[in-house]
Amino acid sequence: MTTLPETTQRKLGLVIDLDTCVGCHACVVSCKGWNTENYGAPLSDQNPYGGDPSGTFLNRVHSYEVQPEEGAAQLIHFPKSCLHCEDAPCVTVCPTGASYKRIEDGIVLVNESDCIGCGLCAWACPYGARELDAAEGVMKKCTLCVDRIYNENLPEEDRMPACVRTCPAGARHFGDFADPESNVSKLTAERGGMDLMPELNTKPVNKYLPPRPKDEMDQIDVLAPFLAPVAEEPKGFIGWLDKALEKI
Amino acid sequence: MHPAPSVIVFTTLSGLGFGLLTWLGIGMPDVSGWVAFVFFAIAYALAVGGLLASTFHLGHPERAIKAFSQWRSSWLSREGVVSVAALLVMGLYALGRVFLDQNWAPIGWLGAALSLATVYCTSMIYAQLATVPRWKTILTPALFLSIAVGGGALLAGERDFAVILLPVAAVFQIIWWTRGDLAFEQSGSTLASATGLGEPGQVRAFEPPHTGTNYLLREFVFQVGRKHAIKLRIIAFVLGFALPVLLVLAPFAHALFAVAAICHLIGIAASRWLFFAEAEHVVGLYYGKR
Repeated sequence: MTTLPETTQRKLGLVIDLDTCVGCHACVVSCKGWNTENYGAPLSDQNPYGGDPSGTFLNRVHSYEVQPEEGAAQLIHFPKSCLHCEDAPCVTVCPTGASYKRIEDGIVLVNESDCIGCGLCAWACPYGARELDAAEGVMKKCTLCVDRIYNENLPEEDRMPACVRTCPAGARHFGDFADPESNVSKLTAERGGMDLMPELNTKPVNKYLPPRPKDEMDQIDVLAPFLAPVAEEPKGFIGWLDKALEKI
Repeated sequence: MHPAPSVIVFTTLSGLGFGLLTWLGIGMPDVSGWVAFVFFAIAYALAVGGLLASTFHLGHPERAIKAFSQWRSSWLSREGVVSVAALLVMGLYALGRVFLDQNWAPIGWLGAALSLATVYCTSMIYAQLATVPRWKTILTPALFLSIAVGGGALLAGERDFAVILLPVAAVFQIIWWTRGDLAFEQSGSTLASATGLGEPGQVRAFEPPHTGTNYLLREFVFQVGRKHAIKLRIIAFVLGFALPVLLVLAPFAHALFAVAAICHLIGIAASRWLFFAEAEHVVGLYYGKR
């Protein structure tokens, strides 16, 4: 049944550090790679080398500019994938029971052999986390690499989502939010981890750490006021040119 | 939202078909034999044709039978279950009317109630979506139901009811459009709430994640139709509501019922096209689009 579980034993999810992400898209590539070669239908591309390429991705990195009232604008890279919401609207709308949220760890998954490809779950998701694969006709979404995290055939250090394993900046963290002592719970508490679109009451499990305020440079050096001032008046050829142009 | 032809055909035709079945179920018009056969044939052609059209956009229509299973949580599943129940019950009632000259009134009333419930379920598929503020209102079922009952009265030849119910539907349509135009702003979702980055300053989408398009943009960020929205609203209003009422009030009105019904159908199709084309999904915010 596509009703949601009251509670889940664990709440596996990601913390994404917007302060640290450098926007390299390595998580996008590793996600596409792992999820094309492993569990479920491959993530297809349409016309990948042609004039109008498009394809299915479970993780995409947006970039936003934030302009404070004073000071320089800041560029923030913003990876976005399924947030494995506690109150996932995508699950309850599913007419076939293909979409479900696991009681044991809270991962939201699609049973691809039950999916009729109606697309209603993607309509219900505010975050654009679900994409209908154009080749396979079934809904694709982040599985939190369910085929890695419990996979005893992999070395222990690889038993985490591909995006987390590959992130060169350490901007992605994987763990159990139901455990207050987990790395992700601590990071969320320390850094003020936030929900996306909290007004829609989806209760996302994944949290985003806001970018830290930039350092302010009031003074370059304590001795700076004693340094000789930079010449205001141009000299030499530039000085002559300046004067000549003044006179015209 | 992308106005897929299959969903426009589905909601327009099946809405009208189940509207007509509602009237036939309560014995209006009180017909039997061949005349009843023609009425039921039109109603079934519209209702079933619409339902079949809705399967055209599925990725795997061969698995559509599975969609009857999740009626406890899913409005789409409920719509499937209730529509089949309505068609079966009304089929039994039609047997009595057409072949046996019998009016099994309780079955007819049950069929009428199920037909209305089908239209309600259809409307709730859209009205439940908090991600599309224009749809997320009790006015959406009110609009769908009033159009189905008004259009059904027109097809059933119930002039006295049609000239009252179609204007009622027109009023709901105008209220729905007016509210819808403000719905996104009033929903409270902005690029700042979507990204959580509003605290330090003004957020602007700087660069999308990809150079090309994708499923999300094709499905949810459809902007082509909006520039003709006002013209299409006038077309929908005139053809869908005003003209049919004037036509059936005119002298020789009986001959004009068919023309009125076709006008109504075209007008409602225009209204449904706008229903999708004008609807803005909150995911567009992430792309700096609406």
